Amino acid sequence: MQFIIQQTLNALQLGSVYALIALGYTMVYGILRMINFAHGDIFMVSTYLGFFGASFLLGHALHLPGAVTFVLTLLVAMLGTSLLAVFIERVAYKPLRQAPRISAVITALGIGLVLENFTLATIGPEPRILPQVIPVINFNLGGVAVSTIQVVILAVSAAVMSILDTIVRKTMTGMAMRAISFDKSVVPLMGVPTDRIISITFALGSSIAAVGGTLYGIAYMIDPYMGIRIGWWAFISAVVGGIGNIRGAMVGGYILGFVEIFVAAFLPSTYRDFVVFALLLVLLVFKPTGIMGMPVVQQKV
Amino acid sequence: MKRRHTVPLQRGWLVALLLVLILFLSILLPQLGILNLYLQQVIMYVGINIILTISLNLVNGYMGEFSVGHAGFMAIGAYVSSLLTVLVFPRSLGPFIFPLVLVLGGLAAALAGLMVALPSFKTRGDYLAIVTLAFNMIIKSVLENIDAIGGPRGFMGMSKLTNVAWVYIWVLLTVFAIRNFVFSSYGRGILSIREDEVAAELVSVNTRQAKILAFVISSFFAGVAGGLFAHVLQFINPRSFTILKSTDVLVMVYLGGIGSITGSILGASIYTVLLELLRPLGVWRWVVGPLMLVILMVTRPRGIFGLREARWLIPAEEVQADATATS
Amino acid sequence: MPLLQVKGLSHYFGGLKAVSDFNLDMEPGELVGIIGPNGAGKTTVFNLITGVYRPTEGQIWFNGHNLVGLQPHQIINKGIARTFQTIRLFKDLSVLDNVRIARYSQVQYSPWSSFLHTRWFGEEERKIREEALRLLGIFNLGSYAQALAKNLPYGEQRRLEIARALATKPRLLLLDEPAAGMNPGEIKRLMELIQWIRREFELTIILIEHQMRVVMGICERIQVLDFGETIAEGKPKEIQNHPRVLEAYLGKGVA
Repeated sequence: MQFIIQQTLNALQLGSVYALIALGYTMVYGILRMINFAHGDIFMVSTYLGFFGASFLLGHALHLPGAVTFVLTLLVAMLGTSLLAVFIERVAYKPLRQAPRISAVITALGIGLVLENFTLATIGPEPRILPQVIPVINFNLGGVAVSTIQVVILAVSAAVMSILDTIVRKTMTGMAMRAISFDKSVVPLMGVPTDRIISITFALGSSIAAVGGTLYGIAYMIDPYMGIRIGWWAFISAVVGGIGNIRGAMVGGYILGFVEIFVAAFLPSTYRDFVVFALLLVLLVFKPTGIMGMPVVQQKV
Repeated sequence: MKRRHTVPLQRGWLVALLLVLILFLSILLPQLGILNLYLQQVIMYVGINIILTISLNLVNGYMGEFSVGHAGFMAIGAYVSSLLTVLVFPRSLGPFIFPLVLVLGGLAAALAGLMVALPSFKTRGDYLAIVTLAFNMIIKSVLENIDAIGGPRGFMGMSKLTNVAWVYIWVLLTVFAIRNFVFSSYGRGILSIREDEVAAELVSVNTRQAKILAFVISSFFAGVAGGLFAHVLQFINPRSFTILKSTDVLVMVYLGGIGSITGSILGASIYTVLLELLRPLGVWRWVVGPLMLVILMVTRPRGIFGLREARWLIPAEEVQADATATS
Repeated sequence: MPLLQVKGLSHYFGGLKAVSDFNLDMEPGELVGIIGPNGAGKTTVFNLITGVYRPTEGQIWFNGHNLVGLQPHQIINKGIARTFQTIRLFKDLSVLDNVRIARYSQVQYSPWSSFLHTRWFGEEERKIREEALRLLGIFNLGSYAQALAKNLPYGEQRRLEIARALATKPRLLLLDEPAAGMNPGEIKRLMELIQWIRREFELTIILIEHQMRVVMGICERIQVLDFGETIAEGKPKEIQNHPRVLEAYLGKGVA
């Protein structure tokens, strides 16, 4: 029983990160109908930004309280990542909005490769972990090991997700985002600055991924190629939840976290990929639009 | 209505002669030592990539689908052909049964292609991408878990049966077969699916049959490419056939241009050669290369030769139809 | 025996009733019109007959064959063809290709022959090309054969859609708002064209249209739909002054 609870905690932790990253995919897809394949690598860059941010803040003997250092690291990562994402959007994606969708996808793949290998070439392939911005204290609750890191990850993720939910549902920007996702051509006619909203979407999605990145970097190792694995996993989370659906991305992230942890707990590690993808296939056969996706509207003839 | 026999026939003979000449060169030059081993390897990789690219272009370019798991079919061809040459057939027969082994590898891959075609009846676009991705990863996972063929450590021991001549022959076969297929009613049926699948059904196109044809043919040639690949590298492992490899092929397809055999030949050649030329840059070549791709895509989204075809590939009758159309 | 028999056809999208108890019998050679306000379910009826949707209820019999449950291309092969409300040509393909594709199901050679371009393949392809060119010639589109469909002027595109439909050698032709976007001169020529192909190709035709001139001018019978239900049937003169029809189009309090 304790084993189950332990694994559940691990799954929630991992799932939180997947959910945060999945949100970025789903928001961009919702607004542009485009799968931003570079998103996973943007996430990877954010982990390194968190690494360097934390190293800098801790290394300069500023003697700031832990919480402040942590928040500052987050902000550094979020800011840097959003700038990068918006830059990419303006320079590479915007010119392709009228082009065949596939061109944008290839561009995204290319940008991902550039990010991965640039990081590899400049910083090196060695895996790293973020320096301790949060004091690591382990509790033992009735046989289950809980660490401060887990608590922080779960708490911060929950907070970020509810903030995003509020933004999307209650603010004008959020409403504009949802409007654009329904009908991009009409919205500019109503005076909504579509380009600005699109950039905000990219910035928002990437900032959230950066939160996920910093949290990930605190708990696990980071390396330049992690974007591929984690990126694809988060992408699958978004699809499982129903791509384009924000709540779906959150749900999908946790589902994938659970599947991954529990499969690894009971089966040899080489089976993990197989089970995940097999489940994905089964889901897509029965519910092609994902768990919370809208039913496919009959194609208008 | 006059049928112009003379020009196409003469052109046909000329082309055939040229192709046979190149075949002789492909056998002769390596033997004479004019082409060193490194150049031979590059040429072989170019050829293998051309086969991969043309085959994927059939599904992604001509049919307009989004299949991102091509490496999976390559893997099946690679493993099946390798198992046959190493474990089943006697070594000495190697060079003679090589074509057979490649075909068998291709057929195994085609069977997998058939399985991928089935979900394509109901899903399209991004969701089909995920299905094909899942297939790719599942194949890779399955291969990793079968210890008898080496599991994650891979499989080795193949003789170096692939050479420039064989690659050249298979490139020719691929170009010939797919070009003929595309310029037929079946090929046009596949094009119509890209244009408007529902309308295609409503003008008598059996879209299910067309999709099956496209996927099966595409994966067959990918399997052949896999077999050629395995017998030049002489070592294969599941990690060579992940989404990264599939991405390589995707890039070559869209670089060269969708719906164009000429484009695929160009895309594959340029990409392979470019990566070789950039080798002195070390790890930076993987930064410069993709960056150049991004710049190309942003400035020329359709790829180098998108939707167009070199004159010499188009059947004479298609070009001729223009003259007889006046009414 | 009627060529087409539609009995009790109903279709729901989720909870929304799109078509309710639609009935239609057609003898060979008839020209029937279906009219009604936008959203009345007219195109849905076409979609149901051609197999794009599977009807929730009802039967469709064509020439003795039961159409319900068949794939669209199978229904087309039984002898039904259609055009679309918004033009659905294969835009990036040539005009000739658009018409040739309609012969897909009639192709006699196997895929193997297509790899090898055998003599048999060559013969079949030549026949297909000649027939297609002939058809294009009849519709005055011959000079456009190699042009891309998307580059054709609007009126020509509409004609091409009809030519493509006829390439499937149908007995029943469903025309969905063929006069959309046309000026009076073009409409007149369209009406002549429809009458002409009806005679030349021995067609039975169902026509959805909003342009009353066309409907009143060439239809022998008319059925009126509103919110999925049939509210009136009869000859053009009867429909013209039918109170419920006027109400459906113009709203209550008129007439």
